[in-house]
Amino acid sequence: MSVLVDKSTRLIVQGLTGREGSFHAQQMLDYGTKVVAGVTPGKGGTKHLGVPVFDTVEEAASRTRANASVIFVPPPFAADAILEAMDARLPLVICITEGIPTLDMVRVDAALKNSATRLIGPNCPGIISPGKCKIGIMPGSIHKQGHVGLVSRSGTLTYEAVDQLTRLGIGQSTCIGIGGDPIIGTTFLDAIRMFHEDPETHAIVMIGEIGGNAEEIAAEFVKKHVTKPVVGFIAGQTAPPGRRMGHAGAIISGGQGTAADKYKAMRAAGIHTVQSPAEIGHTLAKVLAKTGSKETRKQGGRSKGKRARR
Amino acid sequence: MKIHEYQAKAILGKFGVPVPRGEAAFTKEEARGAAERLGTPVVVVKAQIHAGGRGKAGGVKLAKSPGEAAALAERMLGMKLVTPQTGEEGRIVRRLLVEEGLDIQRELYVSMLVDRATGAPVFMASTAGGMEIEEVAKKDPKAILRETIPAATGFQPYHARKLAFGLGLPPQMANVAAGFFGAIYRAFLETDASLLEINPCIVTGDGRLVALDAKVNFDDNALYRHPEFKDLRDLEEETPLEVEASKFKLNYIKLDGNVGCMVNGAGLAMATMDIIKLSGGSPANFLDVGGGASEEQVKNAFRILLSDPNVKAVFVNIFGGILRCDVLASGVVNAAKELKFKVPVVVRMEGTNVQEGQRILRDSGLNFAIAAGMKDGAEKAVALAGGAR
Repeated sequence: MSVLVDKSTRLIVQGLTGREGSFHAQQMLDYGTKVVAGVTPGKGGTKHLGVPVFDTVEEAASRTRANASVIFVPPPFAADAILEAMDARLPLVICITEGIPTLDMVRVDAALKNSATRLIGPNCPGIISPGKCKIGIMPGSIHKQGHVGLVSRSGTLTYEAVDQLTRLGIGQSTCIGIGGDPIIGTTFLDAIRMFHEDPETHAIVMIGEIGGNAEEIAAEFVKKHVTKPVVGFIAGQTAPPGRRMGHAGAIISGGQGTAADKYKAMRAAGIHTVQSPAEIGHTLAKVLAKTGSKETRKQGGRSKGKRARR
Repeated sequence: MKIHEYQAKAILGKFGVPVPRGEAAFTKEEARGAAERLGTPVVVVKAQIHAGGRGKAGGVKLAKSPGEAAALAERMLGMKLVTPQTGEEGRIVRRLLVEEGLDIQRELYVSMLVDRATGAPVFMASTAGGMEIEEVAKKDPKAILRETIPAATGFQPYHARKLAFGLGLPPQMANVAAGFFGAIYRAFLETDASLLEINPCIVTGDGRLVALDAKVNFDDNALYRHPEFKDLRDLEEETPLEVEASKFKLNYIKLDGNVGCMVNGAGLAMATMDIIKLSGGSPANFLDVGGGASEEQVKNAFRILLSDPNVKAVFVNIFGGILRCDVLASGVVNAAKELKFKVPVVVRMEGTNVQEGQRILRDSGLNFAIAAGMKDGAEKAVALAGGAR
């Protein structure tokens, strides 16, 4: 098993006929993802990459029984695209677009709270359950099917970590890029909770960065509930305060959101922290070697494991 | 994007936020003229730089006559202002704001930003006007009022009442407060601000609320909706190399180390800075060339990071996904030939077409150090830059 996406995922690509949409839709098809429809207003009734194109998400969803959508539309139109997918009652929407105005996301976020849709992103690489389904822009080839759940705010740094794991023979259940923006649909807490509940996920890697306090909130949850081993890294240990480090959300403001604070919260939660981005894979391998037997036991009875630790 | 106080006040004024009467001045004579036109017994001459903490550093002075205002302006223009927010290098004062003096009864703090945790705009307010909000938060977090504005309803009169009573404003000021906070909210939303801070917000002797200082930052992602803000950018307040990089849509931030970094992706770029530090060195910059960088973009990136005279070695750290390693390698080779690199370059590549990429680097006849991994690359670059410091 995996979380959120698997072989039963039927995907719509919003912005299929655009340059980015076309390129990545082809990559997803090659990976084996079931891309069942595209949406480009005005191009309904045509086919692109062998996939039927519709004018609206609602039509695409009802005609193809799609249950997920990925968005590759430019920033000025992205919030509208998310809301359209939500209105079509798709349970999962992944928005890759970078550069959406924050106040647009304020509206989207409010609407999401009253909907059945889970949003991943925006400004993210997407989600992959290796060997089953890839939705997004990550290179499929570096992944390997397995039992580690990975959640990260970054793109290429996530690939780096995945590559380290795969080279050590450690496969992944699902890797979720939650995105580098200040307002995002799925948080560390959401992702970690899903990994915690997924019997096929045996260990968790979280890759945070400076800005906000989502890592701290997730660490609090780990402390209280999670018995699976968690390895954590925070990017931006050397970032100067007050500067936005590429990602809209990566900024230390008013002394808040520092890497030091996040590491402190993670350590207090029993998370195995890594200072060097080159050591994420090795650290997890070591942790798995140490807790390997305990890990199997925990899977049988999660609550028992929790009590034992307290 | 940051703007100056006088620009922020002009915008706030348009939305109905009361601001002191005032004029921007770029010369001593303009300052004298502004003081004459204001005609108040006291005028305030304020240095305009993109950093706070100006008062204590000598950037805000009172003048009792137009002549005195001119004399102050002469002293301030061209002076280097060092405040806790400018860093040691300080900022040169090139613009002033000359304002009417006001009868200050109380100083409050009011700001708006988008709260990441709730995903909604929030008002923050405190009675400790003039103090930095971070200081207040540290000393007495309960002294900060927070009023979240739900997207569903927007700003409502009760929000203003809660803020007004929380700040201890007298009941007869309720209407004034409702108007003031409502105007702040509209300004925040309609300008796509990322931060709107009034510190201090004053209560005058005659019972008005006035924005005595104003700081407005805009959301860069929303600037396309506000073409009129383009003219408000002051390039002299930005680091020249960062201005140059922004022309090519490169995410570059200058730092003070000696190992130049070129990386694809913001997270990996931050992690690269971190690993340079862990290897005993110090990064010269943050530079994200983006996910789908072209050869041209790689060349621009090199030109910019090599313009920093502190750079003694360059660490190229690329995880090729969309950006293929062979494309990157050709870009690096061409840049090296064209720009005649004088500093050593360490290249670490991983991902799509990595073998081909490494072959291109080896066959170029140029002296690149090819790293076996991120750690190896960082250590090599630090050593080539003169070793750990």
